[in-house]
Amino acid sequence: MLAQFLQFTMSGLTVGAVYAIVGLGFTIIYNASGVLNFAQGEFVMIGGMVTVFAVAAGVPLPLAILLAIAVAAIVGVALHRLAIEPAKDASPVVLIIITIGGALVIRGIAQIVFDKQLHKLPGFSGDTPVNFMGASILPQALWVLGGSALIVTLVTLFFAKTMIGKAVLATAANRLAAQLVGVNTSVILAISFALSATIGAIAGILVTPITFTNYEVGTMLALKGFAALVLGGLGSPAGAILGGMVLGLCESLSAGYLSSTYKDAFAFLVMIAVLLVMPSGLLGKPSAERV
Amino acid sequence: MARLINNRWAELALVTGLIVLAGLLLPSNYYFRVGALVLISAIAAVGLNLLLGFAGQVSLGHAGFVGIGAYAVALLPTHWGVPTLASIFLGAAFSGVLALAIGRPILRLKGHFLAVATLGLGILVAMVLTNEARITGGPDGMPVPRLELLGTRIRAPEAWYWIAGGTLIISIVFAQNLLNSSTGRALRALHDSEVAARAAGINVARVKGIVFSISAVYASISGSLLALLNGHITPDTASFLNSIELVTMVVLGGMGSLVGSLVGAAVLVILPQALTVFHEYEHLLLGSFIIAIMIFLRDGIVPTLRKALLERKAPEDRV
Amino acid sequence: MSLLNPISLLSVSNIGISFGGIHAVDGVTFETSAGQIFSIIGPNGAGKTTLFNLISGVYRAESGIVMLGGEDVSTLPPEALAARGLARTFQNLQIFFRMSALENVMVGAHVHEKRRALSHLFGLPSTARENRGTRDAAMALLERLHLAGVTNRSAGSLSYGQLKRLEIARALASRPKILLLDEPAAGCNPTETAEIDEIIVEVAKSGVAIVLVEHDMKLVMGVSDRVLVLTQGRMLIEGTPEEVTNAPEVIEAYLGTGLPTMEASHD
Ligand SMILES: Nc1ncnc2c1ncn2[C@@H]1O[C@H](COP(=O)(O)OP(=O)(O)OP(=O)(O)O)[C@@H](O)[C@H]1O
Ligand SMILES: [Mg+2]
Repeated sequence: MLAQFLQFTMSGLTVGAVYAIVGLGFTIIYNASGVLNFAQGEFVMIGGMVTVFAVAAGVPLPLAILLAIAVAAIVGVALHRLAIEPAKDASPVVLIIITIGGALVIRGIAQIVFDKQLHKLPGFSGDTPVNFMGASILPQALWVLGGSALIVTLVTLFFAKTMIGKAVLATAANRLAAQLVGVNTSVILAISFALSATIGAIAGILVTPITFTNYEVGTMLALKGFAALVLGGLGSPAGAILGGMVLGLCESLSAGYLSSTYKDAFAFLVMIAVLLVMPSGLLGKPSAERV
Repeated sequence: MARLINNRWAELALVTGLIVLAGLLLPSNYYFRVGALVLISAIAAVGLNLLLGFAGQVSLGHAGFVGIGAYAVALLPTHWGVPTLASIFLGAAFSGVLALAIGRPILRLKGHFLAVATLGLGILVAMVLTNEARITGGPDGMPVPRLELLGTRIRAPEAWYWIAGGTLIISIVFAQNLLNSSTGRALRALHDSEVAARAAGINVARVKGIVFSISAVYASISGSLLALLNGHITPDTASFLNSIELVTMVVLGGMGSLVGSLVGAAVLVILPQALTVFHEYEHLLLGSFIIAIMIFLRDGIVPTLRKALLERKAPEDRV
Repeated sequence: MSLLNPISLLSVSNIGISFGGIHAVDGVTFETSAGQIFSIIGPNGAGKTTLFNLISGVYRAESGIVMLGGEDVSTLPPEALAARGLARTFQNLQIFFRMSALENVMVGAHVHEKRRALSHLFGLPSTARENRGTRDAAMALLERLHLAGVTNRSAGSLSYGQLKRLEIARALASRPKILLLDEPAAGCNPTETAEIDEIIVEVAKSGVAIVLVEHDMKLVMGVSDRVLVLTQGRMLIEGTPEEVTNAPEVIEAYLGTGLPTMEASHD
């Protein structure tokens, strides 16, 4: 009974961590540029796929991981330079469609460069489950949770302690003012794309031993990450993380206790229910529109 | 001024002219099929344009309603013997009521909530269609009984082309009626300023609910025609990608332009047909195309063209 | 000053709201009746617009009560207040930019139109009739505000002064009992200001209770029946224009800021 609950909770937290990281990636870009980047899930896909194929080609795992992160970061910057920046002051809907176009392009390239099969990585510390109070837990799940915690910490430190991080925050707060004090906002926006691509890729690498990957996993991840973001409160990094975790938990608990075929539906239903009670999300600030 | 008064009739004449002209010129069944697909997609795009282009509300799950309409004409006649025509209306009614039921609570909220809720809805519909394999045939889909009118089965693409064309024209007339009414002014007003709309006495949540529901009915009818044209239907009809295609049609053709919806639908239906030769590269090309259009033709094809024409005609008139 | 005064159309008692700990409006009380012009003045940031937002239901008051014709409407949304005869304009223009000038004014008549979405969709004759009625009334208003020349122009292409008048026309289209005007003459030239002045007086004469926020002291002191001075969210004084101009606390409060010529436009 308890063991089963633990089991579901653990797997919920694991997928939730990935949603949280995708949501955090959304937030970083949204705060810096006001763009909701629906290509966010593709970074997770790139992380997993590049690592899988590099390892298959004989590249040692650590190197393969670095390579995957680098590829994702480059793709992130390219997305910004080639698709977002030229459309700078387009309306939010147009920008959303552009990022979805970007996602299609990335997916299309992945389909050509890689293939359409499902792929898996071996667990970093083996694939033998460890027993914890009757629940069997994959060591990789601990990698995912630990890795996500580390990502969150590093991102927080990046914004709090580094010059670049502060410049990103300044740009987010007021782009014009940041430009006036000499911040190159175009570079800053590129950096936020690279950063959120990087963390997305890392999440993708960490989770591939558990959930498999293929060229089109990005769509669902982007949707879940977006849901996490709205659930937590648009613009709040902590909210995105909390939202992701809650979403992951809802999903795995409903899959465990109710129906596994409709777990995605439950996640969205819970999210909508929460929003009806708390319109600005779990951690978002209520905003009074000024007129 | 004369231009504004004539606008409505000009719009109708243009669309009717295009449909008839193309119908007379199309050389083969294949082209009639593509033409019918364009017109059928345009019906959904016109509906979504009311929501997105005129009222400014984003739906990322409209393919869900297309799916409902499509499966209505597949499921109801197959399992319960409901006549096909009645099934189209039942599907449309169900979509409209469902949209109202979901829209009512959700639309009280601001911002991206409709986007999220419709996203969830679209996914839910696709999921139900895939998982309830016992009656829907699962991921492989199911056959759709042909429409019978006056004892003859309608299956020729040419017949469907004209049926779709007639339906599209009626759809546009209804859309114009709505836009030229108190409700239409209300939904356009809330796009520009919700606070001013409310101060003018507009119940913003109610109006949004109405236009969401109407656009769902349009999508549903379009889905029914699509299923009847194809004779076979899969859950893919309700996929997120299809929802995005619908949104792209509206934005590409021009938000707030009914003719634009037809143009947007034409481009997005014909392009992939032309690209099937490059099957492997379909995603890549479609994605690049969407990005390029959004960057270079941001206001949409029809408004951009109209502006260019007006400027050429009356440069001294500009403000 | 009884809050149960039967002829008071609008009465506000002890109303307040704060943003992030700052009391934007704090304990404001006043009432006004049909045909009166009630003005609210005060320096930038005094809380005048916030007070309008509270009265018109855009913000929910944290304390106090708003009564409209004897009914407590403190918790009603803006659209419900509009249905009860309240109309307002916005200091920072809230125009429907994608619609024509005419359509903007037609939207103002929304409360008098039928809510029959289906007959609108089917374009029944009743809809055409309704449209005609609304259009004729809107045309007359455009005429009255000297906007007849731009009837079918897109609102997005109008000048600032025209938009200011368009806001007034839209508000009048609802045939309100109470009209809140937030700096209707800001940014307008002297001729336009004089026109607006004239319209305000005219509308009040027709029995509408007008609440006016305005920086143009000449306009305010000339047309108002009563004036309320607001500083930092609180009432400094309320009285007739003469009382207010001569009150020592007003002179003191405005010493150095130059009351009679307070800065006008800030758009
Ligand atoms: N939605 C809001 N969020 C936070 N603060 C607000 C909000 N609305 C108003 N305020 C604050 O309330 C105070 C009063 O502002 P308000 O706009 O009412 O002043 P005002 O008297 O209309 O000034 P002005 O003459 O410049 O129009 C200001 O300090 C303003 O910053
Ligand atoms: Mg103000």
